[in-house]
Amino acid sequence: MSVVFFVLTAMTLAGALAAVLLKNLVHCALSLTVAFAGLALLFLELDAQFVAFVQILVYVGAVAILVVFAILLTRSAETPKAGGVFSRTWLAGLSVAAAVFAVLGWAVLESTPWLPQTTEAPAADVGQIGEALMSRYVLPLEIVALLLTAALIGAVIVAMHEKDGAQ
Amino acid sequence: MLEKADQVFVLLLHWLVGYLPAAWRPASGVLLCVVAIIAVYPTLFALAVLLERKGLGRMQNRYGPNRVGPFGILQPVADGIKSLTKEDIVPFNADALVHFIAPLMLVVAVFMGFAVLPMGRNMVLVDLDASLLFFFAMGASTELSVFMAGWSSRNKYSLLGAMRAVAQMISYEVPLLLSTVGVVMITGSLSLVDIVDAQNRYTWGLAHWNVFKPWGLAGFAMFVIASMAETNRSPFDLPEGESEIVAGYFTEYSGFKFALFFLGEYVGMFGIAGLGTSLFLGGWSSPLAVLSWVPSWIWFFSKVMVWICFFIWVRGTMPRLRQDQLMNFAWKFVLPMTLLNLLVAAEWRFVADMWLRWIAGMVIVVGAYVLMGRVGMRREHFGPRTYRYAE
Amino acid sequence: MLGEGILKGLAETAKNFAGSYVSKDRLTTVQYPEERIAPIEATRDFPFLVYDGEDWQAGLRCVACQICEKECPPKCIYIEKSKDKKPDYVGKPQIYPARFDIDISVCMSCQICVEVCPFEAIKMDTVFELATEDRFGGLLLDRSKLAKSNEYYHTIHPTEAAEVDARLAEEKAKVEAKARAAAEAAAAKAAAAPAAGAPAKTEPPAVKPAGGAE
Repeated sequence: MSVVFFVLTAMTLAGALAAVLLKNLVHCALSLTVAFAGLALLFLELDAQFVAFVQILVYVGAVAILVVFAILLTRSAETPKAGGVFSRTWLAGLSVAAAVFAVLGWAVLESTPWLPQTTEAPAADVGQIGEALMSRYVLPLEIVALLLTAALIGAVIVAMHEKDGAQ
Repeated sequence: MLEKADQVFVLLLHWLVGYLPAAWRPASGVLLCVVAIIAVYPTLFALAVLLERKGLGRMQNRYGPNRVGPFGILQPVADGIKSLTKEDIVPFNADALVHFIAPLMLVVAVFMGFAVLPMGRNMVLVDLDASLLFFFAMGASTELSVFMAGWSSRNKYSLLGAMRAVAQMISYEVPLLLSTVGVVMITGSLSLVDIVDAQNRYTWGLAHWNVFKPWGLAGFAMFVIASMAETNRSPFDLPEGESEIVAGYFTEYSGFKFALFFLGEYVGMFGIAGLGTSLFLGGWSSPLAVLSWVPSWIWFFSKVMVWICFFIWVRGTMPRLRQDQLMNFAWKFVLPMTLLNLLVAAEWRFVADMWLRWIAGMVIVVGAYVLMGRVGMRREHFGPRTYRYAE
Repeated sequence: MLGEGILKGLAETAKNFAGSYVSKDRLTTVQYPEERIAPIEATRDFPFLVYDGEDWQAGLRCVACQICEKECPPKCIYIEKSKDKKPDYVGKPQIYPARFDIDISVCMSCQICVEVCPFEAIKMDTVFELATEDRFGGLLLDRSKLAKSNEYYHTIHPTEAAEVDARLAEEKAKVEAKARAAAEAAAAKAAAAPAAGAPAKTEPPAVKPAGGAE
């Protein structure tokens, strides 16, 4: 547990909290990006370069942009309502969040090597990850690929349909 | 002697660091490299701006800047002084914090990419295992700063420019990434150092550059196109189309912040040129075995400058694309070509016969290019424009 | 084939690039402060006041009728009439502008003042190096700065100036002819008056209004 770890954790948590608490939606999205970047740096601190870079490439580069686009294209970026950030059904939301957290916590605590002894960190270089993806995890990979392709085709069809309707 | 010249910067670094206590050496070595990168590329930026202004002038049968200093070579200095002393205006309604952070983030992200570029033999700041991925991750994070700049200005033109820029960068990032996958497939490494080393071999005195192979040639062409779009260079400069939306996302920036955007754009161009050089043009290796006595860093920087000159040449030649042409070109031509190129790379990898793999590769690449070009031109996706006037 | 046009374009710009170093004829621009291209005859930017003769104050054609002031769309002209009168080009006494200011930072070079002026007194200039460090005073031109000689007008717009001169000369000739005719008639009358005596006395008032109406 180094100083760097605490700084990064603070940054990630602050970003995540700001994403929830800020009023301006675009500010929220940008804070969320800070949280994503903090997570990537945490991965980097754990010497997982590949995951860290993919985290930046996918989350900072694509997901954040997607969020921002969605905000700008659907509604005004400002929140005109003076009412607080809490919705009326905050109790239900809180219970769902608590349940999710409980399940996650249970899963983490139940997984066997909780606080492992200082063993040698597995040197996972990119080549090994690639080989694992192509041999042991090839079926999940292909299923994910199929799912994404289906989603892509679906999006294209939706977009094309709309265009026909407009004409 | 020539070996010394080749390694002059490495030796200089060792000599400088040697004066420090042993505990400080690694950190101070990295710091010195960072300082060197931050010093060299803005200098090249000044040179490139001058080249661009003079070159564009000559292409339009003008002189270009020729007043400041002999032949106008001090023009970048004058420009720099001007932008430093100008008033920094922040619009009244702007989101001051985001407005301030955006140019900084852009410049930082752009400079980060240089950490993994091998600029000469043994001249790389960090030899990461996944350095190609690192470069693209840094490139992807510039998009957000562009958006921040456009949104925080509270200006319609800025926001339009930012939306255009982000849409364009996302669209062209896919072919940019895919065009490099062929190189990774053949080399079997994501490390730029390994990729350059793999190209630094010679047959009959000619280098094994990736561009001299069918998949490399197609990948190189697609990479050049996508990199122009990625750096918002003409003919893909819609985000800052001055005839339509003033200056795009940096409309509301002035003084030094504007200069930072300008710097970021050009340094990003150097970065992507350096990456393309490392991937396809053999990085710091010489094209001919007889020329390998020339210091490696000279090769790298001259290749980058040639690349920049080509960008300038294209800018002086082509008009700006329309938004739909831009998107059609990305998704209906460049992307399929890069996907097909993966097939060619795979074929190259698994067909052992020398002649067969050459012929098959060339047939697929050229055939696809001609065929898709024909179809695209006929459907007017990116062919000659036709105009329809309002009735 | 796709890309052919791009290659052609690249060849064209490469030709321009190399050619501009070889042949000076290709260069379309001149080195401005040292070299200048003479402006074409129809060039116009800001108005000036024409005067005849040597002395600008005496020769100013403007009679301060204020038509231009009223017609000016951006209202950049300011005129104050004089109390006394001075003779114009035909010798008739006219008032003249005691003040005539044009704010060229407001002027939009529309030339309407020139078109409405019945006295050919205001014309369009071709000078363009009007940069000044004083944003307000430096761009507010008064009479002395606006007054330029007819010879100058001839040098910048020769055809137009010749037409204007011909028109003025014609008018002047007409006026002079009329004056001469009137003088002759008066002389004839004066000669006839002693002879005709009393009946002639009623005639001059009948002639004079007719002459004034023309």
